[in-house]
Amino acid sequence: MGDGAPEKESCGIVSGRSETMEENYLLKKIEIGVSEAEKRNGKTSMNMQETYTAYLIETRSVESQLDGQNTPPDSLWRRYSEFELLRNYLLVSYPYVVVPPLPEKRAEFVWHKLSADNMDPDFVERRRIGLESFLLRVASHPTLCHDKIFYSFLTQESGWKEAVYETGFQLKVDSRLKALNATFRVKNPDKRFTQLKHYSDELQTAISHLLRVRARVADRLYGVYKVHGNYGRVFSEWSAIEKEMGDGLQSAGHHMDVYAASIDDILEEEEHYADQLKEYLFYAEALRAVCRKHELMQYDLEMAALDLATKKQQCEELATGTVRTFSLKGMTSKLFGQETPEQREAKIKALEEQIEEEEKQLKAKNLESSDFVKSAWADIDHFKEQKNRDLKEALISYAVMQISMCKKGIQVWTNAKECFSKM
Amino acid sequence: MSEGVMRYKRKGFDCGECLRHNSNDLEDWREGHHINGCKLIQFYNGGISFIYDNQNKFEEEPDVKDLFITVDDPESHFTAIETFITYRVATKTSRGEFDSSEYEVRRRYQDFIWLKSRLEDAHPTLILPPLPEKFIMKGMVERFNDDFIETRRKALHTFLNRIADHPTLSFNEDFKVFLTAQAWELTTHKKQGPSLLSRMGQTVRAVASSVRGVKNRPEEFVAISEYVETFSQKINTLDKITHRIYKEEKEYFEEMKEYGSIHTLWSASEEDLAGSLKGIASCTDKCCKAIDQLMAGLSENLMPVVQEYILYSEMLMSVLKRRDQIQADLDVKVEALSSKKTDQESLHEAIGILEDKVECANNALKSDWDRWKQNMRSDFKSAFTNMAEININYYEECLATWEAFLSSQANNPQLEEDPEDKL
Repeated sequence: MGDGAPEKESCGIVSGRSETMEENYLLKKIEIGVSEAEKRNGKTSMNMQETYTAYLIETRSVESQLDGQNTPPDSLWRRYSEFELLRNYLLVSYPYVVVPPLPEKRAEFVWHKLSADNMDPDFVERRRIGLESFLLRVASHPTLCHDKIFYSFLTQESGWKEAVYETGFQLKVDSRLKALNATFRVKNPDKRFTQLKHYSDELQTAISHLLRVRARVADRLYGVYKVHGNYGRVFSEWSAIEKEMGDGLQSAGHHMDVYAASIDDILEEEEHYADQLKEYLFYAEALRAVCRKHELMQYDLEMAALDLATKKQQCEELATGTVRTFSLKGMTSKLFGQETPEQREAKIKALEEQIEEEEKQLKAKNLESSDFVKSAWADIDHFKEQKNRDLKEALISYAVMQISMCKKGIQVWTNAKECFSKM
Repeated sequence: MSEGVMRYKRKGFDCGECLRHNSNDLEDWREGHHINGCKLIQFYNGGISFIYDNQNKFEEEPDVKDLFITVDDPESHFTAIETFITYRVATKTSRGEFDSSEYEVRRRYQDFIWLKSRLEDAHPTLILPPLPEKFIMKGMVERFNDDFIETRRKALHTFLNRIADHPTLSFNEDFKVFLTAQAWELTTHKKQGPSLLSRMGQTVRAVASSVRGVKNRPEEFVAISEYVETFSQKINTLDKITHRIYKEEKEYFEEMKEYGSIHTLWSASEEDLAGSLKGIASCTDKCCKAIDQLMAGLSENLMPVVQEYILYSEMLMSVLKRRDQIQADLDVKVEALSSKKTDQESLHEAIGILEDKVECANNALKSDWDRWKQNMRSDFKSAFTNMAEININYYEECLATWEAFLSSQANNPQLEEDPEDKL
């Protein structure tokens, strides 16, 4: 449509796996899931062969489930790049929203065993979970859930891409946002946004540092457990030459093997924990994006106000004949002769028209800005609460995992001790 | 001479160990016989051979320990020529052959080497406890670093106590001198022993015979030899594995420390989450302490035992070689019988003596072998049991820490009261 306003539809979409949501924004209408992943072969736009993974999105109306009907879900396949397109669209169309992040494009923070290959089944599985999480978060967002493009992403098999491009959202993309390091000298920065930007930097630093070290810890732990497997082998070989102590050694060796094998599941579970942290690492970026957009907006506002002020001053000077500021025109006119009164009159009129126009625009911009700030802060508060809840839960789940690991360890070593006592 | 010679008959005796002594004084030995429960068997060439009659054991048997030795208090000594360490060797005993019930002397590593070689000479086919190595290869730059001294001290302590527990070796005269003589007395005593050259001769011949191979090695010694070879391999592998585990644990410890500090750092930029983050940091710190304890446990118990048995397996191989050598000496003489040029009568006499010598050596080794196997089994049983225990303790400590964290989170009033929250 191109009118700049995002497409909305009053549908209520809610997740089947719920996080806490404000009831007034949502109607329980459909369940969403990303249930499968499949390897595909296709051709790129350059007509080259490529392999990619497609993900199956299933949707089902909640009502039909409550009625006890077992209607099969509607489903369609999407690939990662389409998710990216959807997210970019949302970013541009709702600049004041902290848009939920996608799971990482490439595997980072890998420890030695994990494959960094996008086709690796473990990676694909974790990505599937991440994509589902993304859809659920968008669906439970008070603003985003009403978006029509989002709805058709979930339900419209073909022609979705065209529909997105038709919105013309790309025109609204401010290329200045891409220049990450560009700073805009804003004269009166909003303190709250400055603080928020600072916080998002700290959050990003903290989480990425944590994930890096966690990967190293995982690596070391893997080493400790796996080397115990060597005990298993040696005990078995040694037991072959022993009579009385052979049995005890052999069975203890078996427990060492069990111990060594147990680390695989333990670390697999921890990857999910790492993914939960990663989500907030990327959320930090989304947070910063909102701050940047505000910064740009503020910058534009200040530039517009400055321009208006300059024009007003010029107008005044022309009208009163006093030159308070240096201008080349002024100099040349002094050198080459004054303008005629008619000429001056025309100039003043032109300027006055511009000033009127710009004043209207500035007013609109100010309104836009204050709307933005209001909406943004509402969303940021919403985000903060969600972040605190989610991360706390994640930390608790980490503790639960450690407890489980300790209990397994006690079990195995108690069994081994029993075997040693029979040596 | 011929008066005193009695042919040793194997029937009717259930023999234990073979004791050889350098004195011709029968009266000395009658007394010795009475205390130690051994029977006089024969004189030959200035020596006397005894065999313990295990069936006539006295009530107060070696199960009640009557010789207690400690090795401690390492001290550095500096002379113009060299720097060396002495250790305090303290003895407490109720044995009659000791003039006093308590002794305290200082000994250096060289003295231990002297003692060991004297014991080897007196009992070539007994399984002597190993001495700690002269130098440790891996990464030791400074000879007198604290860990090295402590490890050596413990090994020397074990060495002397193993001798004290040995039914034959603990009554060795040189051993008594080692425990009781003052420094100058020891020096004098040392000079009385056989020369270095004669000892070297024995070793050279022993090595040579092992290269040639012994033809008539009895079945049981073939079996022992094969066992020792495999045992040696397995023990060396065990040692490598244990050191590797220690290394991995250490690196795990380092990473966990950093992991904990990251959580503390992060908590500085958070409000609601700060408590949970600090909680995790404190848990990881406590787990680090537990890892430290685990490592200490490994290095105090398992590692010295494995190290000792590595040296034991080398020792066993030399004992087997020496036995082979003794047999080879006999075989050579027996072969010479077939040559008519030799003096048949003196040859028969010599063969008779050597046959006894071989018999003695074999019996000594056999019973010491059984004893060694029993000790080995019990040593490893307790070392491995201990290893299991320290691992169980480690996991129990960590478990307690994480459970405490979990319950602190459950009681935390900062938690959202929304019942939708999953925890």
